[in-house]
Amino acid sequence: MKKTKQDTDNQELSDSSSSDSESLEVKRIVVIPGEVIVSGEDYLPSEGTKRIGQNVVASRYGLAEIAGRVIRVIPLFGAFIPRRGNVVIGRVTDITFAGWLIDIDTATSGFLPLDECPRFINKDEMDQFLAIGDVVAAKIWNIKTKGIDLSLRSRGLGKLEGGYMFRVIPARVPRIIGKEGSMITLIKEKTGCDVTIGQNGWIWIRGESIDEEIRARKAIEHIAEQVFVSGLTDHMEEWFTKN
Amino acid sequence: MTKEFKRLDGRANNELRPVMAKVGVIPNADGSAIFAFGDTVAIAAVYGPRQLHPQHMQNPQKAYLRCNYDLLSFSVSDRKKPGPNRRAQEISKVTEWALSPVIDLDGFPSTVIDVQIYILQADAGTRTAGINAASMALAHAGIPMRDLVCSVAAGKQDKTIVVDLSKEEEDFEEGEGATDFALAKVANSDEFTLLQLDGKISPETVPEVLSVVTEVCKEIYKIQKKALKEAIKNGSN
Amino acid sequence: MEVTSLTKSKLIEMFSQNKRFDGRKLIDFRDLSVEYGVSNKAEGSARVRLGKTEVVVGVKLGMGEPYPDSPDKGNLTVSADLLPLASPKFEMGPPGFEAIELPRLVDRVIRESHVIQLDKLVIKEGEKVWTIFIDIYPINDDGNLIDVATIGALAALNQAVIPELDKDGKIDHHKKSKKKLPLEEGLLPLSFSFFKIGNQIVLDPTREEEEACDSRITFGLSMWNKKHMINSCQKAGEANLSSAEVSKMMEILPVKYDEIIAKLKKFL
Repeated sequence: MKKTKQDTDNQELSDSSSSDSESLEVKRIVVIPGEVIVSGEDYLPSEGTKRIGQNVVASRYGLAEIAGRVIRVIPLFGAFIPRRGNVVIGRVTDITFAGWLIDIDTATSGFLPLDECPRFINKDEMDQFLAIGDVVAAKIWNIKTKGIDLSLRSRGLGKLEGGYMFRVIPARVPRIIGKEGSMITLIKEKTGCDVTIGQNGWIWIRGESIDEEIRARKAIEHIAEQVFVSGLTDHMEEWFTKN
Repeated sequence: MTKEFKRLDGRANNELRPVMAKVGVIPNADGSAIFAFGDTVAIAAVYGPRQLHPQHMQNPQKAYLRCNYDLLSFSVSDRKKPGPNRRAQEISKVTEWALSPVIDLDGFPSTVIDVQIYILQADAGTRTAGINAASMALAHAGIPMRDLVCSVAAGKQDKTIVVDLSKEEEDFEEGEGATDFALAKVANSDEFTLLQLDGKISPETVPEVLSVVTEVCKEIYKIQKKALKEAIKNGSN
Repeated sequence: MEVTSLTKSKLIEMFSQNKRFDGRKLIDFRDLSVEYGVSNKAEGSARVRLGKTEVVVGVKLGMGEPYPDSPDKGNLTVSADLLPLASPKFEMGPPGFEAIELPRLVDRVIRESHVIQLDKLVIKEGEKVWTIFIDIYPINDDGNLIDVATIGALAALNQAVIPELDKDGKIDHHKKSKKKLPLEEGLLPLSFSFFKIGNQIVLDPTREEEEACDSRITFGLSMWNKKHMINSCQKAGEANLSSAEVSKMMEILPVKYDEIIAKLKKFL
């Protein structure tokens, strides 16, 4: 792999880790939009990057990850950009004849159609299933210009009762989930809480005691604040012994 | 014998006032930054892409980059009554035009990206400080951009081209007087996105001004880049 | 997203056990810091941070006519602008009630305490007086804007000077004035807003806590002849307050006042 001037400029900001599945050196450097990350025709520009001639250029601010030939930029800040398949947590704001309007903190409104519920709901019992003000975990199955269609037809989705919810920067959600869910599993284990994570940055927690519920939030907020991600699970194992 | 031209504050002709830049200063915002040229301090916050009301203002083909610039009442010597005036409205619009060329607005149809710029302390060059702050705040907010935008006011003191005029220099009256030429450009490209001029300048002088500004903007870009990178190093939110 | 009823119920449950997410007691204030000189064009200015809430306040002096019913006094005007910069909730356009109430509450605290010696602000009796403009701008709203704004106003007033005049009797912006604004020494007005949620009363809520509250009562307090005096009071919101709750607040107020003044003294 050709070393470019970019690499030396960013040396002190880098964060590396070995990807277990491929024993590949993964390099991460902070980049700003318009910055050349690497130069060379062999590289494959992925999310958050684009190719301009010989160069792979960042289109967003964040951590550029160079894993073998693939380059992508992991965002660290910003509003939630909805994607198909995202699980989100939202609040019911209205009931229409066709379904429920759900506020999921996105630029266009979320809508849960009647036929995306896990069972048949009669038009007269809509508000018994989900009333205005209720909180729900749903999946995005379609994104249109004027709205986002949601579905409850999957495991783990549906109305959330009890507990509380709070927001983190949406870009931090992947590290709270962890590789193959390792981080969220650790949190659930150490605090005994139910945790549902929305890609839109909203997190729902319900535990046996208030102390554990507060502890789970502290843990998650601590994870969200960490800048570099390698060794985060080990770091949190230690954190839980001290907090 | 030619009289050597000296700027009122002793700076070299192409020297900026001391610059301060910081990113991540408003926790509630999706992106935020402060940028200062000497005593002129601008703070910017970006919210979005988010929902735009009223609905009829939504553009189904792209995001609306809504810029709002204003002075705080106590940022100027004669207190400014709160609320945007015509000057602020005009600067808001040219700021929008200065920034939109680098932003991928097509990627976010029907939404609004709100850019709020306020001047905490005004000592000339407020719109240029505002654009520099907004450019960093937009990047900080993770908005897809093809580059940053850098802005500075060039000017003339009689026949000499200078950059980053102070308030004192704006009031210069000898010879050809003072000319205030506010410019913004895409950081790494020969594309000027803001051109506003008040004063007296011959057409032959303009290319030289553009080239001086291009050089000075490289410095501004370095400072903006450093502030953005430090925000992650220091873990600021 | 607005605070949901499930979070609100959780907060009520937590408060009834004297617990808060950030580990504070129900009547504890967050960390306070004050900086001066936000703008060198202001006669006085300050930036106050309480936790993540940040407000800047500026004091400007202008010359004007006295009010007809007070020809021997200067004028005071307090204004606030809830900049959309500070919160995703704040919008451009005409001010909502919160934007109108905030400056009025701060105005009451300052005015009723008589901390500014308005009678010393006369230039020519009946004709020309100084008008003090206190302008409040939230920079980041994480709850409790009123109390933070009052601290900002107090700090800015404390730094403020009366501008020098030139030979024509107009303000000379180039001369640096050393004439401090005439303030009653030791008066130090502050506001304390108690928020009620469920059956619990809290001070200095974060935005999340504030959104879950049902009512609020703001008291203006100052020292008069070395005694704590309440100068103003306003209740907002739909929930009621019992006399026991109000009495409890009366016990808490002087203690909290002394505590905040002690922290502020470092900065004043």
